[in-house]
Amino acid sequence: MATFQLTVNGERREVNVDPSTPLLWVLRDDLKLTGTKFGCGISACGACTVHVGGVATRSCIVPISHIGDRPIVTIEAMSGDPVGRAVQDAWVAEDVVQCGYCQSGQIMAAVALLKSTPQPSEQNIEESMGGNLCRCGTYPRIRAAIRTASSQLPKGGA
Amino acid sequence: MLRIRVGVLVSVMAVGGWLVCARFADASDATTTAQGLAAWEQVYSVLTSARCINCHTATNYPQQGDDRHRHVANVVRGPEGKGVPGLNCAGCHQETNADRTGVPGGHNWHLAPLSMRWQDMNDRVLSSADVCRAVTDRSKNNNLDGPGLLKHHEEEPLVKWAWNPGRRPDGSARTLPPLTHEQFIAATRRWVEAGTPCPK
Repeated sequence: MATFQLTVNGERREVNVDPSTPLLWVLRDDLKLTGTKFGCGISACGACTVHVGGVATRSCIVPISHIGDRPIVTIEAMSGDPVGRAVQDAWVAEDVVQCGYCQSGQIMAAVALLKSTPQPSEQNIEESMGGNLCRCGTYPRIRAAIRTASSQLPKGGA
Repeated sequence: MLRIRVGVLVSVMAVGGWLVCARFADASDATTTAQGLAAWEQVYSVLTSARCINCHTATNYPQQGDDRHRHVANVVRGPEGKGVPGLNCAGCHQETNADRTGVPGGHNWHLAPLSMRWQDMNDRVLSSADVCRAVTDRSKNNNLDGPGLLKHHEEEPLVKWAWNPGRRPDGSARTLPPLTHEQFIAATRRWVEAGTPCPK
């Protein structure tokens, strides 16, 4: 066990865990931030996506000891983020969600895309979202929602 | 008359000596080139092993595993070889290997540039001659000369990672290249000292 000082959604948090514990389980079990989901556990589905140092990261396979001082942002902070808010509003407007299990990961990937590329092409969307699986098959609505969110963002980025 | 005979004798000896030296020099050069080519084949065996060539693809995606299958999660190359926003290499691959989860890691994890592709578009490994030509073409290899290539093999973190590739998700050790890093460097040095010869 070891103690780690983390910055999660802008707050300093301290956890005492095995250094090899994946970030996902620290978020869910220790910090009770259960918006981030466990999907496959092998970084193949994207349900566990969070932002680490601004990079969309598969939290199920990154040990907590690898995080260092990079800030962590989860789905719980998206409503307070301009791009996150625009994406969540678009998700509602386009009625994206079916079962919803993958959607926090989908939103975190979409926000990462739009923060980097506020006006993405269809290819940008296809490539950036291609690693996030949705067993309900909401892909057309996800793409539509990203386009809707993009239309609400300034071209130079938020 | 005597002066003329001596002069002729000296001339004959000088020419003969030059011929002998030239023959030795030819033999030496030929041997060096042959040794260099043999050393290159050792280098090639490493470059085309899975730990190296999986990131020297010609396609829009990296490969993984000893069977060099397409990387999971629809990972794509991206404009700088580091994936795309939302699906960057660094979103999984950290600074070091994560043995508990089986994800390899190293500093600045990324694909090699397309100019350093060592496969064709069908993921078939290029020939020894083709890879050698690409590696020694300074318009393709980041302007590295022979010593620069040697330094790259000696010091580049992602090159060195091939000999510390960590564990697979099932806990087993990843396969290493066919030579040790020391043998790889020694072979690269012999190849460079021979003038980086390439097979025809």
